[in-house]
Amino acid sequence: MTDAVISSGHDDETAAEAAERALDEKTFGFWIYLMSDAIIFALLFATFVVMSHNPAAGSASHTLFRLPDTFAKTILLLASSTTLGCSTAATATGQRWRTLAWLGATFLFGLGFVTMEISEFYGMAVAGAGPWRSGFLSAFFTLVGTHAIHVSIGLVWIVLSGCEVTSRGLNPFVVSRLYRLGLFWHFLVIVWIGIFSFVYLPEIL
Amino acid sequence: MLGKLTIDALPFYSGIAMAGALVVVSGVLGVAALVTWLGRWRYLWSEWLTSLDHKRIGIMYVTLALVMLVRGFIDAMMMRTQQAVALDSDGYLPPGHFDQIFTSHATIMVFFVAIPFLTGLFNVVVPQQIGARRLAFPFMNSVSLWLTAAGAALVMSSLVIGKFSTAGWNAYPPYSEAQFSPDVGVDYWIWAILVSAVGSMLTGINFLVTIVKRRAPGMRLMMMPLFTWATLCTSILMVFAFPALIVAASLLGLDRYLGMHFFTDGDGGNVMNYVSLFWIWGHPDVYILILPAFGIYSEVVATFSGRRLFGYESLIYSTAAITALSLVVWLHHFLTMGSGADVNAFFGQAAPLIAIPTVVTIFDWLFTMYRGRVQFTVPMLFTLGFIVTFVVGGMTGALLAVVPVDIHDTTFLVAHFHNLLIPGALFGYFAGYQYWFPKAFGFRLEEKWGRRAFWAWIVGFCLAFIPLYILGFMGMPQHLNRYYTPGWQPYLIVAECGAFFILCGIIFLAVQLATSIRDRAALAVPTGDPWDARTLEWATASPPATYNFAVVPHVNGIDSWWTMKQAGTAARKPGQFHDILMPDNSGTGVVLGAMSFVFAFAMIWQIWWLAAVGALGIFAALLSQTFRDHAEHRIPASEVEAIESRRILAPALVSGAPT
Repeated sequence: MTDAVISSGHDDETAAEAAERALDEKTFGFWIYLMSDAIIFALLFATFVVMSHNPAAGSASHTLFRLPDTFAKTILLLASSTTLGCSTAATATGQRWRTLAWLGATFLFGLGFVTMEISEFYGMAVAGAGPWRSGFLSAFFTLVGTHAIHVSIGLVWIVLSGCEVTSRGLNPFVVSRLYRLGLFWHFLVIVWIGIFSFVYLPEIL
Repeated sequence: MLGKLTIDALPFYSGIAMAGALVVVSGVLGVAALVTWLGRWRYLWSEWLTSLDHKRIGIMYVTLALVMLVRGFIDAMMMRTQQAVALDSDGYLPPGHFDQIFTSHATIMVFFVAIPFLTGLFNVVVPQQIGARRLAFPFMNSVSLWLTAAGAALVMSSLVIGKFSTAGWNAYPPYSEAQFSPDVGVDYWIWAILVSAVGSMLTGINFLVTIVKRRAPGMRLMMMPLFTWATLCTSILMVFAFPALIVAASLLGLDRYLGMHFFTDGDGGNVMNYVSLFWIWGHPDVYILILPAFGIYSEVVATFSGRRLFGYESLIYSTAAITALSLVVWLHHFLTMGSGADVNAFFGQAAPLIAIPTVVTIFDWLFTMYRGRVQFTVPMLFTLGFIVTFVVGGMTGALLAVVPVDIHDTTFLVAHFHNLLIPGALFGYFAGYQYWFPKAFGFRLEEKWGRRAFWAWIVGFCLAFIPLYILGFMGMPQHLNRYYTPGWQPYLIVAECGAFFILCGIIFLAVQLATSIRDRAALAVPTGDPWDARTLEWATASPPATYNFAVVPHVNGIDSWWTMKQAGTAARKPGQFHDILMPDNSGTGVVLGAMSFVFAFAMIWQIWWLAAVGALGIFAALLSQTFRDHAEHRIPASEVEAIESRRILAPALVSGAPT
């Protein structure tokens, strides 16, 4: 935390300066939001670890998870992270349509991820391993499902941002929102790495 | 079409519940009729409900807290009366109704009295204390308010439609699971908690960002007033603790709605995990409630002793240490649950550590008063009452931290946490309310009824809770709606008398408010600084202009307003004014709160189409706000100058005894 700089007051703050300051605060506030969201995920992870030994009468994990699917999902999400990075690079150089194209690619990869997620959930539920089956499955569906809901919210955000870039161009407000979208999205990718490592990998190996 | 909602949801099952419902309904209708009769709907909407001015939002928060305090107190009164008469009999309340009452009492007092009260005080005071004109996120602040109000409205509607939870304020499973509590009570609890928890988390983010980013030039962190420090630490706890409550309540909801097995008895559920998750939030929450009061006590003690705070830095370090420690002691709330000797030992040791910084703060206050010119004003009385009684609460906490002692889950525990939360939190808020009332409204609260209220409260508190300590030693469990031990009854009757004293305390506070409004001309504070105070919030007019500071001051040390008065610069008029940008009003916060209420209510009664309407409403409201970038208006310099020239800058401001 830095202390306030002793400088001229904000009395003669112009509209542009006020706007810049507001965006700076929004970015900082968004980081703090992400920290609280990280705690939600941390507690869901902890709950999962506690409950992973409680399959009750339901199926155990190693019969449920399929490595190729999980691998494909991981690749989709990592690819979306890369394309969003490209979009941010395009935004930084003010290339509006390139920003939009990379956003579109991110959306497709994200959509693929969510679709695969839904089909995995559906398959498990049909196979008699729904979240109501056992404590372990409740924890699995909730942790992975919360992540999937976050990604879906991210998809809605990408669509809205896409509309905004198209209609308003890359003004500072739009760029700031794109930046926060990036924070959100990359955060979700990091959470997925955690899910992959702590949920799927131990059961498969 | 209406889900689980049928005509049976109306409280025909008991005359007392019916009377409660009628009071709520006629209260709401009465207020609506009054506003209509006065023709003030437009004023209410455009000046208050849609306001993004942090002072007004703060006043609305405190109003909500005071209204809910009355509701929560009626619950308390009913419980004390039941226990006073229920020897070998059913008393006057059926068991299920008694259980609803102790659940709603605690839920209301924690979530809808304490939290709105402290958030309201943050709102009124903190931006002015740090020399800011507004919060970092004024719109989000309005959302927080209306989400909190929506949560309170949910609890109040449970009085009229359906029943509230009977599972206690912490809703421990497996009792709170659908198997044992199939009606909507627990769902009311879950949704009221979730809606208001989101509001509190946003409040935490808002004040954290505001304090870090919007301090006046020159104000370093180690120059901030103690109340601002307390707010900063509380905000950090809000951001990091409330997610745990959200997770606990959501998982319980998933169990109930989707038949999952997080906390069920069988099928791989784990009851202890709920208790742990709940207290990961619950213990920091104790400090979310108490730290703001500590901050208020610091301001009050310094002002009314006429001295710089003794050990200013040690107070800050203590506040920070309490903040950090509060995150690692949650297990002491369930030492009896059998976590194993090692785990219990760690938490049994960690808990008493908090006593160290707490004792430091108490000694700092005492040394501030020592050789000061102590004025026994009402805020100061509440502070002194707190210091004396809180020490007792701390001692009994040390007793409870002893793992093997067999007083857990008795009325000793009830007495202990009331001993922390009434003097430790509520007296602080009352002190803050008395102290900053002239700041918010421009006139003081009169002293006579204030002193009476204080004495009624402190006598009532002692009478109501000291018997419960004794009953705890005698082995009386908490939450009993009837008992068969004649030896307990005299103590319970004394406790009932205590409740009557507290009732007088509440009535006296109301009388104080009414007579002060009547005599507001005589109690006016034209200089804006009635207490000869020390911190920056008193540098603005009382009540402050919407922008607080016409010219943002430069800060060079602690107690900057005092320094300005000493240097004779306080009464100096600024040479030049500038345009000021302020946020526009917005009705979206109200809509968002209303839609959250609709959504939660529909989820409780499982009216799925209505839930979809509510969800869409929330989404639409968010969408309408998200892409608005220029929601500000400019107050021209000439208007600022006109407002400022109306303000009386009395020469008295330069007086004041040297420290």
